[in-house]
Amino acid sequence: MGIRFILMVNKQGQTRLAQYYEWLTLEERRALEGEIVRKCLARNEQQCSFVEHRNYKIVYRRYASLFFLVGVDNDENELAILEFIHLLVETMDRHFGNVCELDIMFHLEKAHFMLEEMVMNGSIVETSKANILSPIQLMDKAS
Amino acid sequence: MNPFSSGTCLRDMIRAIRACKTAAEERAVVRKECAAIRSSINEDDQDYRHRNLAKLMFIQMLGYPTHFGQMECLKLIASAGFPEKRIGYLGLMLLLDERQEVLMLVTNSLKQDLNYSNQYIVGLALCALGNICSAEMARDLAPEVERLLQFRDPNIRKKAALCSIRIIKKVPDLAENFINCAASLLKEKHHGVLITGVQLCADLCKVSSEALEYFRKKCTEGLVRTLRDIVNSPYSPEYDISGITDPYLHIRLLKLLRILGQGDADASDRMTDILAQVATKTESNKNAGNAILYECVETIMSIEDDGGLRVLAINILGKFLSNRDNNIRYVALNMLMRATTLDAQAVQRHRATILDCVKDSDASIRKRALDLLYLLVNDNNVKPLIKELIEYLEVSDQEFKGDLTAKICSLVEKFSSEKIWYIDQMLKVLSEAGNFVKDEVWHALIVVISNASDLHGYTVRALYRAFLTSTEQETLVRVAVWCIGEYGDMLVNNVGMLDIEDPITVTECDAVDAVEVAIKRHTSDLTTKAMALIALLKLSSRFPSYSERIKGIIVQNKGNVVLELQQRSIEFNRILQKHQKFRSALVERMPVLDEATFSGRRAGSLPTAISTSSGAPSNLPNGIAKPATAPIPDLLDLSSDDVPAPSSSGGDFLQDLLGVDLSPTPAPSGADMPPKASTDVLLDLLSIGMPLPVQTGLSASDILSSSQDDKAPFVNFNGLASLSSLSANATSPANAAPMMDLLDGRGPGPQKSEENGQAYPSLVAYESSSLRVMFNFSKQRGSPQTTLIQATFTNLSSNVYNDFLFQAAVPKFLQLHLDPASSNTLPASGDGSITQNLKVTNSQHGKKSLVMRVRIAYKTNNKDVLEERQINNFPQNL
Repeated sequence: MGIRFILMVNKQGQTRLAQYYEWLTLEERRALEGEIVRKCLARNEQQCSFVEHRNYKIVYRRYASLFFLVGVDNDENELAILEFIHLLVETMDRHFGNVCELDIMFHLEKAHFMLEEMVMNGSIVETSKANILSPIQLMDKAS
Repeated sequence: MNPFSSGTCLRDMIRAIRACKTAAEERAVVRKECAAIRSSINEDDQDYRHRNLAKLMFIQMLGYPTHFGQMECLKLIASAGFPEKRIGYLGLMLLLDERQEVLMLVTNSLKQDLNYSNQYIVGLALCALGNICSAEMARDLAPEVERLLQFRDPNIRKKAALCSIRIIKKVPDLAENFINCAASLLKEKHHGVLITGVQLCADLCKVSSEALEYFRKKCTEGLVRTLRDIVNSPYSPEYDISGITDPYLHIRLLKLLRILGQGDADASDRMTDILAQVATKTESNKNAGNAILYECVETIMSIEDDGGLRVLAINILGKFLSNRDNNIRYVALNMLMRATTLDAQAVQRHRATILDCVKDSDASIRKRALDLLYLLVNDNNVKPLIKELIEYLEVSDQEFKGDLTAKICSLVEKFSSEKIWYIDQMLKVLSEAGNFVKDEVWHALIVVISNASDLHGYTVRALYRAFLTSTEQETLVRVAVWCIGEYGDMLVNNVGMLDIEDPITVTECDAVDAVEVAIKRHTSDLTTKAMALIALLKLSSRFPSYSERIKGIIVQNKGNVVLELQQRSIEFNRILQKHQKFRSALVERMPVLDEATFSGRRAGSLPTAISTSSGAPSNLPNGIAKPATAPIPDLLDLSSDDVPAPSSSGGDFLQDLLGVDLSPTPAPSGADMPPKASTDVLLDLLSIGMPLPVQTGLSASDILSSSQDDKAPFVNFNGLASLSSLSANATSPANAAPMMDLLDGRGPGPQKSEENGQAYPSLVAYESSSLRVMFNFSKQRGSPQTTLIQATFTNLSSNVYNDFLFQAAVPKFLQLHLDPASSNTLPASGDGSITQNLKVTNSQHGKKSLVMRVRIAYKTNNKDVLEERQINNFPQNL
């Protein structure tokens, strides 16, 4: 399955963006988010970016006040996912221009569109920023 | 415009929610917004639909239920404009999941959209389909998706490819249709399509083996060529990430090559060149490069290969290990675990580095390093390694101690060449981290101690010393108390001194003091106190001069609120007062516990790749009965080669224990491999599922009292005698009793092996003086593997049985289904019976016959009774 979910969480533990590629009920999601966020936020800079939780791995990275967490299967390449997180951030940066947490919050649907262009059904689709952003830019122009 | 509809736009709502200071405020705001949205939906308001949906998405992300918005999604999808459709599909993917029936309504819209002229809309539909389609939708829309796989626009093709992945996952039968298209996708130039095409092929190979064959034959060359192109390609600004062109594509290609090469020498041959090239030429100073190297190493490890590439791979891993970045080290440790199976020698070279990683400050790395180290231990390096690990145990932090202790204990047990070294190490571990040591570990220790008869003196002295220093480690106290009780005379008389020991003088008073401390400490728990009481009784016979003092201590517990302790103290007191004559016979030295029957226990978390042989913890015949410490997955992981026969040596041994002859029987202290006593394994299976927690102390006394009811007074006393000569509670004699019945031949009838056609004889599964269980068999038409059993329980005693509960457990190659029983009250003297239906499916029908372990629990005369037994004599061809 590859990627199971992608979360963006701020330092206080509030979820800013959540995209799940496998179905979990609302209670499960909240519980999961709470557990994972607690684990990741408690770690310091020196520690490894990979956390094992239940039967999958979480790869996380911190950018300013926002944590990007990606839950993946056990057989997925963690370093590649780390790169993917960086690619995601760069893409959003190019679109929003110096993206910050507020940008994601107030333009949640755009962030989702971008993410959808990049990941579908748990697998990475497109890694070229130009290709990802072109449909979104078109849509912005149209509306 | 409806006066009730929310006038706020999305931004304002978000601002309002952010401004809330407390959770209650936030809930109020959300509730207001939801109400506004709901009324707007009821009004069927066109203008603000997409705004409402965006709000709903935000609210759902916060965790509030939003199912009332689902129909809105559908309406939006059905509308004509692109923005509406966009939001509609987004909402669909976020708010709904494949199990909802509402999804079926979307199928038609999706079909239309898939055929739309505007390619963006087609893309949208594909995206949505790819994320949440269900099996029926997949079947309906598969032909459309296939057609789109050959669309002119690469965007559509890549989305169609990912959509196909989902379809074949949901409906594996459709996989054949996609094979050809997928193969053509592999020849693409566009990276997006290529990456998705590769993924599609990978998933096809996983789903269907003929796809795997096809790809292996036709596409390996092409893939190798593509990978070479990518590796050698010049700088391309679109896909470049820190100097490497499209690392994701690299990695995916490597993954697919891995799938194709696994198990096939031919394909692996063709890949060796390119793998070597990737491994050597990729720069490793950037994370992207390291990611590619990691994937490459994984592929090399998995394909059939000669040594050359493997050496290269392990060198790369070695370099990773010394990298300062934690992530890289973590990844390297992971891979090394897999490499150990293939080439242990090479990994040994890095042992020192791995040992350092165990002490690293990062928890993930520590855990991985410990697992890896566990695999690397062999006879040569076990001693220094254990020494290091025990030293580290002292300074490690609490969460890690549990893991570390478990690993050390299992290692020590596996590699213990001499008993004295084993006992030494275990003592150290107990003194350091006794509270983390699992029950079966110290049970095993006691077994070993009792077997090492020449070391008894040494052991008890060492324990005494350790006991004086670290009394807060509970398990240490228990083991020490047991040993002091057992071998107290050796302790006092300095029997069997070894050269390496320092002389120590322990008077009888000191020994009794020690045990008294164990009882009096308020941190001692029930088990320890119970063991201490028994130890005192033994000491009273070994040190007759101290009887009075010991009696005084025991008497203090007469009024204890805990039933077990009270019972013990009263009984022992009686023994001391009235029955001096056979007191010494009662508490003679324990017969040596048979190591062979004490089948090995499973160590702490073993890596799944390497699982050593084991059964689950057995019922230590005279230790404290085990239950549920082993994790459930381990227990259920019974190998299907288990021979379901009670180990006969165990049977004899128990018989001797409980027999009138209480002199110590020299048991075969064999170091032979413990036979896989699957009886005990199954027993644990049941104990996990028990409704009543098996309290080590209390249930024993219950069972004891109930069994006492049944037996004659003399036998009563014998039962008591054997109880007191056992160091702890007596779940086992009660368990042994049914086993003895089995061995005495009073058990189930002879194995009926005559089969005529489909008729199977009914079986008296279990019969005792109080209960009879009969099984009637029948087979379902057309499914010879499934047997329907009707179990009939008849009460043969004169008391009514209430709360009758029948449980059964089977090994892994069988599947069991229990229907509810007809009632749970069993009238007395066979006046009525309870029936219960079971269905057993035998996956090894014809090769193995059925075996089942059953547990029957009921209440009679206000006492709980528990009976367990194994049924082995099912007819052969069930």
